[in-house]
Amino acid sequence: MEAVLSTDSLDAVKVLLRNPRREVEISGPTTVAGLLRQLDINPETVLVIRGDELVARDGTLDEADDVEIRPVISGGHA
Amino acid sequence: MKCRVCRGPAVIDVRRHNAAFCGDHFVRHCEEQVRRAIDAHRMIEPDDRVLVAVSGGKDSLALWDLLDRIGIEADGLYLGLGIGEYSDESGRFARAFATARGFELREISLAADYGFDVPGAAASTRRAPCGACGLSKRHLFNAAALERGYDVVATGHNLDDEAAVLLGNVLRWEIGYLGRQHPVLPASPGFAKKVKPLVRLGERESAAYCVVRGIDYQVEECPMAEGNRHLAYKAVLNELERRSPGTKATFVQGFGDRAHDRFVDVAEVERDGLGECTECGAPTTGVVCAFCRLRARAIGA
Repeated sequence: MEAVLSTDSLDAVKVLLRNPRREVEISGPTTVAGLLRQLDINPETVLVIRGDELVARDGTLDEADDVEIRPVISGGHA
Repeated sequence: MKCRVCRGPAVIDVRRHNAAFCGDHFVRHCEEQVRRAIDAHRMIEPDDRVLVAVSGGKDSLALWDLLDRIGIEADGLYLGLGIGEYSDESGRFARAFATARGFELREISLAADYGFDVPGAAASTRRAPCGACGLSKRHLFNAAALERGYDVVATGHNLDDEAAVLLGNVLRWEIGYLGRQHPVLPASPGFAKKVKPLVRLGERESAAYCVVRGIDYQVEECPMAEGNRHLAYKAVLNELERRSPGTKATFVQGFGDRAHDRFVDVAEVERDGLGECTECGAPTTGVVCAFCRLRARAIGA
């Protein structure tokens, strides 16, 4: 996670993470695949969403983007 | 990445199919997978009355929406589990979805209708919360379907759910459960027919479907599920899937094609030995069914 920044930065991609809900900033621009690699997140377990739209693995995330990494794994089983 | 169908910009990749899709063609991909599952397993006949088990999460809302899109009319049933704000919010998502589409959503509240909730049941019985939750859902969705004349109960179990349950059942060699692990459980005395139309879709696909279709759903994880065994199985399977796309589908579909038949006899023997619960009339191996025993302990009866 070497590229994660801890303070507001003009050249950072703002990323919302959930469970627990928190925000981090990543140096941009980067791809979705690069973002997940930096955060050590298995791509099989999340979606990356910019605004209301999905971003594919090779999509580029720029400094101005607000991005959500949404987990898709549900734990209950009936 | 480009859409496999139209070569426009893709929004989602599905690695086990070695494919990516734009939004419109991803929706069609999901419809096709659900239609194929329904047809292959004869899940739903043309005149069947269908009841969808609705939780307010991605899978059940995606399922309800997909059934509608492929021309299968269904009502929904939401079960209020009493898990604090999590359940309150889940109920709001379910109601908003149904209202926006003019769908019929029935509701049952564990607390109001049966006098207990999942946290209370877990505490009083010292069972894992997911056990009390799953037991209550299975019992009440089945009972509601029988009472209200539905032919089929459709649940949002997806490929990931099936792979995780299969792994757990194999690790413990639960041969009775293996005999019942199938996309369709036919109706039998005391049981409505149960179907799992999302069995060909991973949960990443059902979540992506909701985003593409603009369906708001409960994203937060159930606070009572944290650390459960089912999540641990999913983590292992997703690591395997990352290294070798298609692992989960091969595991589940291979079991169905090559191994399930070997365990059906065990499940049938267990089903043939069932009597009727003296409290509610549901099928049971004992005198009182597991749900009525759970309720009695939870309310201190």
